[in-house]
Amino acid sequence: MPGPGEGTEATTSDLSRFAEDTLSPGLAVGQGQLYMTAVMSETGRRRRLGVGAWIAIGWLVLIVILAVLAQLGALPLKDPNRSYAMCARLGPFAKEGTAPGHLLGCDTNGRDMLARLLYGAWASLLVSIGAVIVGFVFGGVLGMLAGYFGGKVDTVLTAVFNVFLSIPAVILALALVAFLQGSAGETGGSSGADPKIILILALGIVSIPLLGRITRASALTWSEREFVLSAKAQGAKPLRIMVREVLPNVLPAMLSIALLGVAVAMVAEGTLSILGVGVKPPTPSWGNIIGSQRSSLQESPHIIFEPALLIFFTVLSLNFLGDVVRARLDVRESSV
Amino acid sequence: MERDDTLLQVTDLHTSFATGRGTVRAVDGVSLTLAAGRTLGIVGESGSGKTVLARSIMGLLPKRGATRTGSIRFEGQEIGELSPKDLRDFWGRQMAMIFQDPMTSLNPVMKIGKQITEAIHEHLEVDRSHAREMAVALLRSVRIPEPERRMKEYPHQLSGGMRQRVCIAVALACGPALLFADEPTTALDVTVQAQVLELIAQQQRERHMATIMITHDLGVVAGRADEIAVMYAGRIVERAPTAVLFSELRMPYTQALLSSIPRLDQPSHARLSTIPGRPPNLITPPPGCRFAPRCAFAQDRCRTEEPPLVAGDAPGHEYRCWFPVDPPSRRPATGTPVGAPNGGEA
Amino acid sequence: MAGTGTAHLRPEGDALLRVEHLVVEFPAGHGRKVQAVSDVSLDLVEGETLGIVGESGCGKSTTGRAIMQLPRPKAGAVVFEGTNLTKLKGEALRAQRPRLQMIFQDPISSLNPRRDVRSIVREGLDIWKIGTPDEREAKVAAALDDVGIDPANADRRPHEFSGGQCQRISIARAVITDPKVIICDEPVSALDVSVQAQILNLLDEMKDRYGLTMIFIAHDLAVVKNVSDRVMVMYLGKVCEVAPPDTLYARPAHPYTAALLAAIPVPDPAQRPDPTTVLAGEIPSPLDPPSGCRFRTRCPKATERCAAEEPEIREVSPGQFVACHFPLAPGETITFGPTRTDLPQI
Repeated sequence: MPGPGEGTEATTSDLSRFAEDTLSPGLAVGQGQLYMTAVMSETGRRRRLGVGAWIAIGWLVLIVILAVLAQLGALPLKDPNRSYAMCARLGPFAKEGTAPGHLLGCDTNGRDMLARLLYGAWASLLVSIGAVIVGFVFGGVLGMLAGYFGGKVDTVLTAVFNVFLSIPAVILALALVAFLQGSAGETGGSSGADPKIILILALGIVSIPLLGRITRASALTWSEREFVLSAKAQGAKPLRIMVREVLPNVLPAMLSIALLGVAVAMVAEGTLSILGVGVKPPTPSWGNIIGSQRSSLQESPHIIFEPALLIFFTVLSLNFLGDVVRARLDVRESSV
Repeated sequence: MERDDTLLQVTDLHTSFATGRGTVRAVDGVSLTLAAGRTLGIVGESGSGKTVLARSIMGLLPKRGATRTGSIRFEGQEIGELSPKDLRDFWGRQMAMIFQDPMTSLNPVMKIGKQITEAIHEHLEVDRSHAREMAVALLRSVRIPEPERRMKEYPHQLSGGMRQRVCIAVALACGPALLFADEPTTALDVTVQAQVLELIAQQQRERHMATIMITHDLGVVAGRADEIAVMYAGRIVERAPTAVLFSELRMPYTQALLSSIPRLDQPSHARLSTIPGRPPNLITPPPGCRFAPRCAFAQDRCRTEEPPLVAGDAPGHEYRCWFPVDPPSRRPATGTPVGAPNGGEA
Repeated sequence: MAGTGTAHLRPEGDALLRVEHLVVEFPAGHGRKVQAVSDVSLDLVEGETLGIVGESGCGKSTTGRAIMQLPRPKAGAVVFEGTNLTKLKGEALRAQRPRLQMIFQDPISSLNPRRDVRSIVREGLDIWKIGTPDEREAKVAAALDDVGIDPANADRRPHEFSGGQCQRISIARAVITDPKVIICDEPVSALDVSVQAQILNLLDEMKDRYGLTMIFIAHDLAVVKNVSDRVMVMYLGKVCEVAPPDTLYARPAHPYTAALLAAIPVPDPAQRPDPTTVLAGEIPSPLDPPSGCRFRTRCPKATERCAAEEPEIREVSPGQFVACHFPLAPGETITFGPTRTDLPQI
């Protein structure tokens, strides 16, 4: 902006102007930001992932591998549901004599914490990733339809999203779990469906409007671009345009939100467990370990802190990775 | 133009940027002089470094990654020696700038009136009502109808031409002695372009303000600049008083720029002369004359040895070429498009 | 202006594309509608280029898109090779699409950043499953070669190309399905003058090579004149004047055409810009267009009649059609002052 009062922070927008002038011959009308992103993406692509990103990836890979191996029984773990009565409330790294092999101690019932945490990782990851896949697929499709077609389709879908978003997520999830359990009970006999499936569906439905809104907003801006008009002019059908022209541009935003979504779902599963509608004990999940043992926070804090720390690091890694994905994919704007 | 009323003197200015791909030497040894109240046109393609030149002179470079060397004296004051606070004071009162895209240079969530009064408050000790009066007067002077009503509007409520007028009003708020206009009309319709250019010229006359007009279109500065400098790949390749430049141009690049403009007096479907290729990247500019790879008249010497800026016949005319073309004034009246290279003079 | 009528259309059998009484409406919020194009008629004879000029907001781009049925016009007929496109539905319209193609202003926005150039250009062939994969590849390579892009670079993404090169890629994409008509919507407005000349030359070449008929939309009459066989001047959704470019330049009949001509910057310092030829004021809101002739609020020749009665398009000299009650006589000059306010503003 003209001289006065401005200009002390000569940062990105200024840089973009220089980049425009020096790196992008041929275009008279200013597209500064775009040029700059070209420069940034150029350097971004060459730049290696930071240490933080590698730590985050390493943590997530480790957790996933351990969860899978534990589930396959490939790890020398104790039975997560067996009570070692002598060892109830045993702290972590206890001396050998009293509690052989309980590396992370035991819970109030004397069950081995390490085994419960690693078995529990499976349930936690399954529920949170499953829920986000449900949200990703349905939210993505609905958001894409709303953003691409606009008009009445958009009005109706956005209204539905807003209604769902206006209900507090936990209450909505609670209601959905109750409803789904009820209907599963009717059709599936006394045993009912796997509670994990019900959780995936409930948390998935909660995340649909979130992912739907993000997808819609992104699809809306990309659908206004002239290459979409050009595809229409060539006679491409809407499905082809959405899949080939719009989706690849919307996907980065969706992916980064989905990674954050996994973290949110993992915490939500924990919250539901505390409220008593999470993964059903005795099957462990990080959330229900906290939920069922919460009364022992005073005398045996390790029972709560161990799963809480796992959730903390996993959520942190997912958040961090979500940011990295967005930063690396989003700046990939076309630029001349 | 080396007179007492020299307003701006730039000597051997170099500006470079550190990027991921290497050091971009965007401005590479530019010297120029501008007298108070005069207009200098800086012409070149995008990528020629003309925007960076203006920003370097204003001291509007990013803090990190940019290096500037050389001397910039404004009314005898060396710009590089100003503290950030002095520099802030300097902007607006001494130099101001208008940009190509008025929408991005105005704050979208601030009313027009506030944007102008803020600029006034920044530099002048005036009370609120006085600043408001000044703002209304400014809007009126840039020919904005119903200025009182416009004061209460937001930038998006105005047309592109009106927004550029507001930008001009903001730039003029504190009566700068030098106005940079960086492609001020490129984003506008021809009719609005004519209005805005006329407005700048009129304000310049009334305020005895010097202007540096940056453009890629020689037509925009032809009738309005006192002097024109043609930039290519970070250097000035030809410079002359406007009338001299058009009649005595010697640099093939200037000629190519001029003849690529479609003209109303050409018959339709006339083939336009073009400049093949694109400007060189400024990380590793070509050896010798930087225009040589695209020049129709380039010879071996051009590719190895860089020509210096030499004086032409007319006073104030300088160009950078080993084998300059015949100037239009010495060409037969009919054959305008291509001038044959001379022998090895210069 | 504000002209209606079809006097400028040629006999029906001669036209490849004939647009009659085209009306395009957009919702303007609060249940209101705005007419971006009000009763425009035009025709195209095979092999010719029709230039459409006017300021932003005159409806020129909307006219181009409405011909493509993107969006569909509110009323009027678009007859292409004897078929009225406005009456076609679904598949029948889709089948016509490859025959009419479009090139856009913004080279960045018109290419998908996440696809490589090969797949961008090949898209038309893929959609219509034309030829074997090998034939498609060969055709893409040929088209890229024709527009001056090395097919060896076809694996690159658009951001690795310059603005001019992106526009070349857009042209290759448009011609890949062998269209009859190409609508160029300000294809050079975003480019540097030197690159602009390359693209204008290329469009002329491609027209001959591919046997194209073109509509060329721009705001700069000098550019339009260079490529067109016939020029249509538009203002606020209406036609002002239709004439061959040389006639239009030599003796504009509509005051608005004269204003557009006068606004073009001339690269000649001898021709100082004349402030009296600068068209004052702004284009009125299309929500509430002036009665009668829509140009009357900015026209120095306007009278009561212009407010009361909308001018019909009529022939004033062979091939020159104008919608004005008081057209300029050959050689008559016109001066524009501030906006007229003494006329009834209904």
